[in-house]
Amino acid sequence: MSTPQPPLTQQPPAPNWQGAPGTSYTSPIPVVRTHLGHAISSEWTKIKSVRSTIWTLGVYIVLLIGLGLLFALIAASTDMSLEGESPLSLGLFGLMLGSVCLITLGVLSTASEYGTGMIRTTMTACPSRGRVLAAKSIVYFGLAFTVTLVTTAFVGFAQVAILEGNGAANPTGEEWFKATVGVSLFLSLFGLLSLLMGSLIRHSAGAITIMLGVFLAPLVIAIFMFSESLRNVQEFLLNYSIPSQLGVFYNAELGSSGPSGWDPLWIMLALTGAAFVGAYALLEQRDV
Amino acid sequence: MIEAVGLTKRYGAKTAVYNLSFQVRPGAVTGFLGPNGSGKSTTMRMILGLDNPSSGQVTIGGYPYRKLPNAARQVGALLDAKAVHGGRHARSHLLSLAQLSGIPARRVDEVLGVVGLQDVAKKRSKGFSLGMGQRLGIAAALLGDPQVLLFDEPVNGLDPEGILWVRNLMKALAAEGRTVFVSSHLMSEMALTADHLIVIGRGQLLSDMSVKDFISANSADFARVRTPDTEPQQREKLTASLTEAGGQVLPEQDGALRVTGLPLPRISDLAHDSDVRLWELSPHQASLEEAYMRMTQGAVDYRSTIDPKAGLQQPLPPGAQPPMPVPGQGQAGWYAPPAPQHGGPPYAPPQGQPMPQGQPPAGPYGAPAPGAPAPGQPQPNPYAQAAPQAPAQPSAAPAADLTKKSEDAR
Repeated sequence: MSTPQPPLTQQPPAPNWQGAPGTSYTSPIPVVRTHLGHAISSEWTKIKSVRSTIWTLGVYIVLLIGLGLLFALIAASTDMSLEGESPLSLGLFGLMLGSVCLITLGVLSTASEYGTGMIRTTMTACPSRGRVLAAKSIVYFGLAFTVTLVTTAFVGFAQVAILEGNGAANPTGEEWFKATVGVSLFLSLFGLLSLLMGSLIRHSAGAITIMLGVFLAPLVIAIFMFSESLRNVQEFLLNYSIPSQLGVFYNAELGSSGPSGWDPLWIMLALTGAAFVGAYALLEQRDV
Repeated sequence: MIEAVGLTKRYGAKTAVYNLSFQVRPGAVTGFLGPNGSGKSTTMRMILGLDNPSSGQVTIGGYPYRKLPNAARQVGALLDAKAVHGGRHARSHLLSLAQLSGIPARRVDEVLGVVGLQDVAKKRSKGFSLGMGQRLGIAAALLGDPQVLLFDEPVNGLDPEGILWVRNLMKALAAEGRTVFVSSHLMSEMALTADHLIVIGRGQLLSDMSVKDFISANSADFARVRTPDTEPQQREKLTASLTEAGGQVLPEQDGALRVTGLPLPRISDLAHDSDVRLWELSPHQASLEEAYMRMTQGAVDYRSTIDPKAGLQQPLPPGAQPPMPVPGQGQAGWYAPPAPQHGGPPYAPPQGQPMPQGQPPAGPYGAPAPGAPAPGQPQPNPYAQAAPQAPAQPSAAPAADLTKKSEDAR
């Protein structure tokens, strides 16, 4: 460059800059020490102030209640004999379809911040990135769990009432517990996995596609495995596919050698935990 | 106080910022300038802990940003006005940020009032204009009433009233003893707002000094010298003599000479020694824009070229003047003539400009020689000499204007 470099370029700072009277500003608003609670209230404000939350949860509730009641009414009107089966298992279909809504909401609550650039505003306001991720996870999990629990409980009571005269067994306490709290925990964790996937992939469409693949692919692939030599693989995929694991809570799993009892919950917990560790590590390390 | 030491950021093979060291001090507005792609935004992101530097470090008040306790109360930033979720109300957006750093909710309404968005507080920011988005971004920066403020292009899209407001806001914030760091491409705005300038080009520090020093240190101040238009050989003579004495001479469109590197009395002496009469010898105070252009012209990555319209133009009829290029377009050397000590012929014309030496009647840039009509004669119709084709017409008008100007100078 032809411009002569001015000698002033690397001039040391004037000695009286720091500590000079009147050169520092102190805000009259008291500065508080922030913690996770602040991040949680912020994330709660965020999740309730966008329409996508209302839409996804609205469709979710409509699917759960609509399909649950529809199947119950069909069963009641056709005089289908349930022969001691729990009427609660009729709620499974609604949950299978509805989990797509939870996937969408989970992914959107992280990935949409990347899509809009809001994440930079958030991370500037709170440079403790892990805290933001934890707050998002807690708020999402709490919301998804509450909505699922209330809806499944309502649908369960309605189904039991509708099918009372069809010879259906009165669900035991454990069946009730698994069909409400159990599936709510399982599906909320699955939604949380989507949220973490959104944080890992940082792209809404990509993360939703991946989670739909996780949800459906094992089942679809297993259906087309006709070969005898692949029998074991097919069995494994069927048993551990998400819909089948969801069915375990209603004793309606697709295979007999797969997870049983509360196993699906522990599997999902381990998966989500691993995803959280991965998302946390990447978030701390990557450029926003 | 923002302090960067040896800040470097690489993206793969590309180095966005290299070995940047500077300090931004409280109580002043510090402008952050540089051409497109010079690393301004990357530097700002590193200051805010969004990007991790490849090497070096940057601290605010002695802490790296991510180690600051309650960072939002100490640093406010406007990076990108569109970095908001468009589906959220302006107020909800600010409220979520306020809650994140434990700021009382009534502060949200205060800053909405400060930026003038109180009437659209319950509107989705998706429908905001660019200027309204900027105001929302400024509101977010002011939310924590911080001691350090960073603004990336704050006046983008603002109306004149908004620009004036931002200018006064910056000055008021600095006067309160805060550190204000502003990037902008609007030189006129920077000249009015900033006290101090940090200029980078291609990710490296070009300058770190006060605005006043910056303008004069880039010696964009020049003397305008005009020799009698009727005797072009005198102009050549003076040019040679000035160049010999170590000055840099750049011909202007109207035939005057732009001389840098020599004080006015010396130019007069040289003219006297070489027996050249002068019609004009005037000092010219350069603007910040010129000083900036001079400094960064070697570091500009994205530069417009002359539109050749190859094969689309009809050949100019004889006698028509080719259209003059827009100043600066395709002329890398317009603001900074090559200095003699840095090699190259001392009197080399800036590239891209045909400089007909030894053909006195033609002015530089292909403009007609000013003052061609004898003094005292009425001005010719400026459009009479233009070709009937449209492209040639714009060239004639400015040339005629300049001719008139040179007549006035007599």
